[in-house]
Amino acid sequence: MSAPDDGAPPPQRRLSIGGDWHRVSPKLLGVEIASGIVGTLVLCAVTVPFIVLGTWFGWPAFGLAVLIGVVTLALAPRRVRAIGYQLRADDLVFRRGIMFHRVVSVPYGRMQLIDINRGPVARALGLAELKFVTAAASTGVSIPGLVEAEANALRDELVALAESRRVGL
Amino acid sequence: MTALTDGEWHRLHPATPLLRGGIILVAILGFVLANFRERLVDWVFGAPDLPGDPLQTAYERGQIGILSLVVVGGLVLGIVIFYASWRTHSFRVGDDVVEVRSGILFRTHRRARLDRIQGIAISRPLFARLFGAAKLDISVAGQDAKVQLAYLRGGDADRLRQDVLMLASGVRATDAGGPATAGVAPEAPSESSASAGIVGQRVRELLAPERDPDLAPPESVVSIHPLRLIASLVLSSFTVGLLVVGAFIIVTSLLGRREFFLILILPGVLGALGYYANRFTKSLRYSIAATPDGVRIGYGLLSTSNDTLPPGRIHAIEVSQPLLWRPAGWWMIRINRAGAAGEGSAQASTTMLPVGTVEQVRKVLGLLLPGFANDETRDLVLAGMTARSGSGFTDAPARAWPLRPFSWWRTGFAEAPGAVLLRSGFVWRHLSVIPLARVQSLRISQGPVRRVLGLVELGVHTVSGPVRASIDVADGAVGAAAFERWTHEVVLAEDADRSHRWASGGAAPVGGAHPGGGPQTHGGAHPEPGVAGSNA
Repeated sequence: MSAPDDGAPPPQRRLSIGGDWHRVSPKLLGVEIASGIVGTLVLCAVTVPFIVLGTWFGWPAFGLAVLIGVVTLALAPRRVRAIGYQLRADDLVFRRGIMFHRVVSVPYGRMQLIDINRGPVARALGLAELKFVTAAASTGVSIPGLVEAEANALRDELVALAESRRVGL
Repeated sequence: MTALTDGEWHRLHPATPLLRGGIILVAILGFVLANFRERLVDWVFGAPDLPGDPLQTAYERGQIGILSLVVVGGLVLGIVIFYASWRTHSFRVGDDVVEVRSGILFRTHRRARLDRIQGIAISRPLFARLFGAAKLDISVAGQDAKVQLAYLRGGDADRLRQDVLMLASGVRATDAGGPATAGVAPEAPSESSASAGIVGQRVRELLAPERDPDLAPPESVVSIHPLRLIASLVLSSFTVGLLVVGAFIIVTSLLGRREFFLILILPGVLGALGYYANRFTKSLRYSIAATPDGVRIGYGLLSTSNDTLPPGRIHAIEVSQPLLWRPAGWWMIRINRAGAAGEGSAQASTTMLPVGTVEQVRKVLGLLLPGFANDETRDLVLAGMTARSGSGFTDAPARAWPLRPFSWWRTGFAEAPGAVLLRSGFVWRHLSVIPLARVQSLRISQGPVRRVLGLVELGVHTVSGPVRASIDVADGAVGAAAFERWTHEVVLAEDADRSHRWASGGAAPVGGAHPGGGPQTHGGAHPEPGVAGSNA
């Protein structure tokens, strides 16, 4: 999945935006693993009725669910490391994803709303998620795995920045 | 007429209840008449009764008095409620806000900031037009976020729009000596023609074009010939779908499966005719014109509507060409806007040009983005519409062919002062123009296939609408460089943008100075209270 650079004609295959990326807390791994396990269990549970009914694809489906779960869990550390953000002079840049890499830049003045969300596992680990809302529904930027104090500070900083750079819609 | 914007509460058109509940009232009346017709005839002429009529039974049992009491009581109650709702429905336009309050039991009170206005639409449904009434919609950004004044007298609606736009533009009423004196001569057929009688006035209003000749210089007006409109509908994608379905029905019925024929034919024909008729009457008498307070789009034959978009309220523009329009060289223009004004259908309020030639497209683009469409960008726009590849655009490399086998050579982007242009589609040609000052955020992304090919995907996030502002394939390094460049340009464009108070001095990117736009610089320094909040 991560094609190693073999010096093929396209010089830079992997998309990478430079700069000093802030990583999120490694404790996010706990949240990822917990949600991965829950997801796998749900997937497996879906296949159980088919096994009970004795359909031919019952066990293969179960195996597939377990495989998906294992791969998801195995990739969790890399997924967490891939999440990053930069506070640049005029905008916030956010990246995530290994296989489907995505980088979004949101100018400070465009932020309409900043949410802090905490799920049960994240709360136990002292983490919070910062979610940004702009007038465009497709922006969809949320930074998970911030230490709570850091999340609050970042939220206040960004609200102040958004306030000072407020522009029209 | 400054009376409506003096900061006091005003009521709506006295006939509002009738116009709003018009259809229902007429229906009730019709029902009552239809049912009592025989009874009335009987009372007057003593004609023999017909058996089996429920009213007849009621009459025989001596309950007709109760029945008519119920009906009359219902009508009276309805009228009382309508009257009360009219009494409690009032609006106020101040210097900074427009407010509406309404409701009898559940009161609502809505305020909208004038500098947040995204568009003002005046619509005149046929029924209301007969009474010379009009509906004014002041829309702000957001789902269902509009202040609706239904109904006003036709002339009042026009004047109110003018005054609201003037207040919103940043010219203070006190500074400019009152909106009416500062504004262009308001359209006022009623005053000049009081002697012609109310019937003549109504007829003239019905026949008048859906725009104000005083406001729009004729050279800035684009209109469409009805024949071209019909042809464009006939050649639309909908027709193609209809032909496919028709062929399917004919083939299956020839093969002996008659049930498809029976099930589909009648509703299909009715639906198709309804669609064509709706599209046709909605787009008929279309006109777009520049006014000092933005671009105005008018359309409609029986129920008319016109929509004023102040400068800087257009978030993205798309010029596209359905396949069948290509031989005729026709194009259509749609936009993304925050908060759609006007009658419910989003299609009408986001279509800026239902069908037009290249020349008209250029004209309309010039009206929509006055700072953008000049001689330098003219070639770029033309290239974006028709060129096979290149011509100022940075296209995807040839290795993008597995993802876009028929259009990789046309898929690309270009940069113009204050806007980016995204070109795509070979069969269905698209050109999106996004003003940088309206961009909400930017995206660059790469999936596994694009990684192998060394490609990226670029997206420009704007408010939602029919325009798709993204490039599916671009060279990795070129795309990343463009992303970096655009992130800076977006911030610069936003800082320079003053269009939320477009006539208040500053660098308002609008063609045509406001008539009252003096040196007053109110509102240049973003006075809005913070919308950005937080909830932990």
